[in-house]
Amino acid sequence: MRQKKDTGLIGLTALSAAMMMAALYLALAGAPEANLKSETGRLAQRIIYFHIPTAWVGFLAFFVTFAAGVGYLRTQARRWDIVALASAEIGTAFMLGVLLSGSIWARPAWGVWWVWDERLTLSLIQFLVYAGYLMLRGTVEDPARRARFAAVYGIAAFVSVPINFIAIRLWRTQHPLMFGAEKGGLSPEMMFAFFFCLIAFTLWYAALLGHRIRLERLRDEVEAVKQNM
Amino acid sequence: MGYLRKVVAIVWKDIRAELRTKEMFSAMFVLALLVMVVFNFAFDLRVGGERVRQVAPGALWVAFAFAGVLGLNRAFVLERDRGCLEGLLLAPVDHTAIYFGKMLSTGLFMLAVEALTLPVFTAFFGVNLFDLRLVWVVLLGTWGFAGAGTLLSAMTAQTRAREVLLPILLLPVAAPVLIAAVKATAGLLDGLAPGEIAPWLRVLAAFDLIFPAIAFMTFDYVLKE
Amino acid sequence: MMAIRTPAIEVHGLSKRFGHQAALQGVNLKVARGEFLALFGPNGAGKTTLLRIIASLTQPTAGSVRVLGHDLGQGATAVRRQIGLISHHPLLYGDLTPDENLRFFARMYDLADAEARIAAVLEQMGLTGRRRDPVRTLSRGMVQRLSIARALLHDPAILLLDEPYTGLDLQAADRLRMTLQELANSERTILLTTHHLEQGMELCDRAAILHRGQIAWQGERAGLDLDRLRDLYRQVTGTGTG
Repeated sequence: MRQKKDTGLIGLTALSAAMMMAALYLALAGAPEANLKSETGRLAQRIIYFHIPTAWVGFLAFFVTFAAGVGYLRTQARRWDIVALASAEIGTAFMLGVLLSGSIWARPAWGVWWVWDERLTLSLIQFLVYAGYLMLRGTVEDPARRARFAAVYGIAAFVSVPINFIAIRLWRTQHPLMFGAEKGGLSPEMMFAFFFCLIAFTLWYAALLGHRIRLERLRDEVEAVKQNM
Repeated sequence: MGYLRKVVAIVWKDIRAELRTKEMFSAMFVLALLVMVVFNFAFDLRVGGERVRQVAPGALWVAFAFAGVLGLNRAFVLERDRGCLEGLLLAPVDHTAIYFGKMLSTGLFMLAVEALTLPVFTAFFGVNLFDLRLVWVVLLGTWGFAGAGTLLSAMTAQTRAREVLLPILLLPVAAPVLIAAVKATAGLLDGLAPGEIAPWLRVLAAFDLIFPAIAFMTFDYVLKE
Repeated sequence: MMAIRTPAIEVHGLSKRFGHQAALQGVNLKVARGEFLALFGPNGAGKTTLLRIIASLTQPTAGSVRVLGHDLGQGATAVRRQIGLISHHPLLYGDLTPDENLRFFARMYDLADAEARIAAVLEQMGLTGRRRDPVRTLSRGMVQRLSIARALLHDPAILLLDEPYTGLDLQAADRLRMTLQELANSERTILLTTHHLEQGMELCDRAAILHRGQIAWQGERAGLDLDRLRDLYRQVTGTGTG
C-alpha cells in the first residue's frame, strides 16, 4: 500500500498551527485591553479576535461550497463535490463556533445568553441553512444525484445569504437593540492582532479543508476497492 | 407559444386532480386553522386586545408557511406516486416548464387557502385584515415561498426523507420572505406610512425575482438522472 | 437495391454506473427500423436501465445512444416525440380520468388532432366505455392498457416495453399479446424486455440476452426454438428460467 505524503498539506498544517497558537496568545494576552468600563467587559471584548474571524471563515467556507457546486454542475467531476462537502462541513462547524462565541460574549457584556442582533441572527440562519445542506446529503444515496442536489441547494443557500442579510439588517435598523455593542475604536496594536487572527483562522480553514478533502478521497478509494472485491 | 400552453396545461391538470379529491386543500386549510388555535393558547390572545395586534402578523404567516409546506410536499409526491413525473420527462417538455407549472399550481392552492384563512383570522382575533394593500403582500410572499419551495420540493421528494426534509431546507432559505411578509403585514396593521413598508416589499420583490431565476438555471439538474 | 437506412436505435459502448455499481458495461446494440427485438435477462441484468437510457430518462455514464440517427445528448427533446415507453409504473394520474390523462399528454406532445387520436387509442385498447372513470377505479389490466394507449397516443416510431407482462392475469396477458401482435405487424420498431422466454420469443424478429450489464448473446429469431433459447440462456446466465 503506497503511503501518500502530501508535503504541501503538512506544511500548511504546521504553519497554521503555529499561527493559531500565536493568535491565541495575542487574543488572550498580547493585545492591549479595550477602554471599557467593566473588568469582565474588557476581558470579554477579546472575543472579537475569535468571533469575527470565525464568522469570516464561515462565510468563506460557504462561498467555496457555492463555487464548488457550480463547478460540479458544469463538469460532473467528483472532485468538485468533495470540495463542496468538505467546505460545508467545516463552515457549519465554524458557524456553530460563531454562535457559541457570540453567546459567550453576550453574557458578560450584556448579561444575556443571546442577542438577536444582525450578525448573530444571520449566523443562526446560515447555520441552519448549512445544517440543512448536510442533512440533504445524508438522505440521497446515489452519489451523482447527491452531488447534483447538494450543488443546487448550495447555490440557493448561498444566494439567500445577501437577501437574508438585507432583510435582517432592515429589521434591526427599524428596531434597534436597546443595548448596542460597546465598540471602542481599535488601536493600531489591536488592529494588528485582529488581522493576524483573521489570517491565522483563514489558514486554519485551508488546512482543515485540505485534510477533509484528503480524507474523502481516501474514502472513495476504499469504496472502489470494496466494490471490486 | 407551446411552452406557455404546456405550463398552463400542468397547472390545470393539478387543479383538476385536486378538485376531484380536495384532500390537499382541506389539509392545508385545517392546518392553518390549527396554527391559529395554538397561537391563541400560546399567547392568550384576547379578541381585539393589544397583544393580538403584535402577534397577529407572525401567527398569520406561520399559518401560511405551514400550509404552504404541506402543499409543496404534495405537489411532487403526487408525481412520484404512479411514476407520473417520468411521464412528463418522457414528453418533449422543457424542464423549466414543469417548474413554472408546479410553482403556479402550488401558489394558487396557497392563495386559495390564504383567501379562506384571512376572514377566519379576522373573526377569531378581531383584527381587521381587510386591507387591499395586504393582498399585495400576500401575493408577493406566496410567490416567493412557492418559487423557492418548488425547487426544493422537487429535490426532497426524491430523497429518502421525503416530506420531512422540505421544511428544514425551505424555511431558512425562505426566511427573508417570512421576515419581510410579517413586517410588511405588521406595518399595514399599525398604519405605518407607505415609505416605511416599501423596503419590505422591495425585499419580497427581490426574492421573487431571484429564486425563480435560480430555479430556471438549475431545475434541469434536479430532474435529470 | 436496398437503401441503407439508419437504424432505429444504435447503442455503442454504453455504460452506466450508480455510485460504484455498474449497471451496464459497454453495451453494443442495433435495432433496425421496423424490427422487433426481444431482450432477455434475469433481474438485475440492466434491462430497465438500458430502456430508460434509450428513452432519455437516464443519462449514460459513458458511450453513445442514437435514436433515428439523432444523438441523445442535450437535444433529446425533439426525439422524444418518436419514443413511447411502457414501464413498470403506469405513468398515469390516478385522480384523473383516461380522457383527462390522455388530453394532458396530448398537450405535452403538442398533438394537433388530439381528440381524434384519443378516441382512436381508447378504441384500440378497448377502453372507450370507461373513459370518464378515474384511473384509480380501473383494474390493473385496464390500467396497463391505458398505459399502452398513452404510449401510442403520439404515434411514436419506437416502442419500448419494460417487462409488460408483469402482474397480469391470463386474460390481460392474452389481450396484451394480441396488442403486441398488431404492433409487431405495423412499421413500428419495438424493443421488449422480459425474463420470460416464451412470451418474449413469440413475436420477435431478433433476440438478445443481457447479463450483468453486457450483451452476452444476440441473434435472429429464425431457426431459434424455445429449447435452444433456454439452453443459451442457461449457458449465459448460469441459471434456469420458466
